[in-house]
Amino acid sequence: MIVFYLLAILSVLSAIVVVVHRSPIYCALALVNTLFLIAVMFVLLDAHMIAFLQVIVYAGAIMVLFLFVIMLLGSPDEPASAERPGLRTVVLAAAVVLAVELGAVVAAKPGGEPMAEPPSYGSTQALAERLFTTHLLSFELTSLLLLVAVVGAVVMARRRA
Amino acid sequence: MAVPVQHYLVLSAILFAIGAVGVLVRRNVIVVFMAIELMLNAVNLAFVALARQRASMDGQVIVFFVMTVAAAEAAVGLAIILANFAQRRTLHADEISTLRG
Repeated sequence: MIVFYLLAILSVLSAIVVVVHRSPIYCALALVNTLFLIAVMFVLLDAHMIAFLQVIVYAGAIMVLFLFVIMLLGSPDEPASAERPGLRTVVLAAAVVLAVELGAVVAAKPGGEPMAEPPSYGSTQALAERLFTTHLLSFELTSLLLLVAVVGAVVMARRRA
Repeated sequence: MAVPVQHYLVLSAILFAIGAVGVLVRRNVIVVFMAIELMLNAVNLAFVALARQRASMDGQVIVFFVMTVAAAEAAVGLAIILANFAQRRTLHADEISTLRG
């Protein structure tokens, strides 16, 4: 119970760091931190396999790719220039409205106690059974998507003249 | 006593809104990209919380697909950023406006 609220506060704080910090490197590291905290929440929700995937795929692969590109391009700190100072205020107000609206909608639904789960819930086996039976077509299409993405990335990367 | 599912959903909404602010306010394309990843993760959290609430594995399967698509998106997106930087020497979103009508 307390673990969740601790995680929630920490993840919101590090998400804010992602958005406001000037240096892209710090943004990336704060995002890694947020991803780890969300992975712990997945464990709290009995999604063990998803939590592992979160750490390995997101924090491990995707964020390393981000850091690699940031360091490769030597991305400089963003200047504090307020080209459109009104923009920030408007966007902040819009974001607060968005969060309150989304929060109000989801909090209005009566949740009740969570349904009883089978003992294998969240395990690799349970996930794989759904993945390779009900969602088999989607799974195969995903592999096609990854293939196209790899080809696309290679084409984009070597096109420089 | 378990945490009510609403609290997870509210947290998910807050994280999503923070990510949306990042996409709209930041001008560095890499940071904008990271804010999009943050929004994807907020939605993943909602999926997993609702899957637990309903004791169904389907929500977790969706999260698996979202992660795969995010990986593909990161690969292609970062390749585009690299190619664009090689041509234009900029990461500033406002200067990448060739397609503006």
